[in-house]
Amino acid sequence: MHELSIAYSVVEIATQSAVEAGATRVKSVHVRLGALAGVVRGALEFSYEIACAGTMLEGSSLVVTELPARVYCAVCGIEVELESVQLFCCPRCDTPSGDLRQGRELDVEYIEVDLPGDEHGNTSAGDTKRNSEQE
Amino acid sequence: METRVLEIRKGILNKNDEIARRLRERLHACGLLTVNLVSSPGSGKTAFLQRTLRMLREAGKTAAALVGDLATDNDAKRLAEAGVPVKQITTDGRCHLEAQMVSDHLADWDLRSFEYLFIENVGNLVCPSSYDLGEDVRVVLLSVAEGEDKPLKYPNIFNSADIAVITKMDLAEACEFDLDAARRNLQAVRPGMQTLTTSAKTGTGMSEWIECLSQERRARNSAD
Repeated sequence: MHELSIAYSVVEIATQSAVEAGATRVKSVHVRLGALAGVVRGALEFSYEIACAGTMLEGSSLVVTELPARVYCAVCGIEVELESVQLFCCPRCDTPSGDLRQGRELDVEYIEVDLPGDEHGNTSAGDTKRNSEQE
Repeated sequence: METRVLEIRKGILNKNDEIARRLRERLHACGLLTVNLVSSPGSGKTAFLQRTLRMLREAGKTAAALVGDLATDNDAKRLAEAGVPVKQITTDGRCHLEAQMVSDHLADWDLRSFEYLFIENVGNLVCPSSYDLGEDVRVVLLSVAEGEDKPLKYPNIFNSADIAVITKMDLAEACEFDLDAARRNLQAVRPGMQTLTTSAKTGTGMSEWIECLSQERRARNSAD
């Protein structure tokens, strides 16, 4: 089961971004999981809680968006969703296609964090955002 | 206290992918063809690789092998009998190899002295599929004793592979192996995948495999 090491990577990526933004706590982590990513959702969710223990992610929720496998069908000229990853075949015209366009995703899309406000009620992330807009 | 959304959009295996990318560049600069062999335990990876290494050596080609194993160095000892440099990567129970482990174990080899590098992954049809090791070609092995429907049971790894090698063909009859069904199932999860049928014991199909390696290496080096 490699989901535990995947969960530790999720915690590492989220912690890095949260610390850079000056956050005190991570509330939720939003992950995209493709049907062919080779990761079992239940095992990842189970591992996530273990990996979060004792970190700024402790008590946070993991929100997984599952993405189905999609291939490009050259005959129909469009991208189609596979009915099953056991059959790489266009569900409209039955033509085999290995031209995968979606399904290997395994990434952290965004996180929700708690930021301490300053004496004016502004948050440090707000400042960061304004600064980056000026650049 | 305020709640904010921080966009990340980063691959969870980014770290491994980045190490693999640098490793691939390093291996390409040396003109190597790197092959990652994946399969379930007991599909005959070691016997297949042993014969491959011996045949390459006899043909005057240079090769080396890294072999991943959970706990023992039995496979490395078997491979070393082929008379080529072999190094063991003991994963201490981990179910797959990662790019960093491969990179670390190549440190004291002169990579320019090899034409082929083989990486025998840990026997596992699930976890190794997610980890890029910097290979040029991923080869999935399927033995006749495992049944024709293995590709349907593990579509991820079969889909992620470039070439399928059916092994232990000498046992096909005894196992009542249906080669056509196996080919159909491989094509269902990976349309267009090249499939070879071999027996490391009798040598059936092994010269076609050696020729396939040589073609892959030529294609690889002309692409640079």
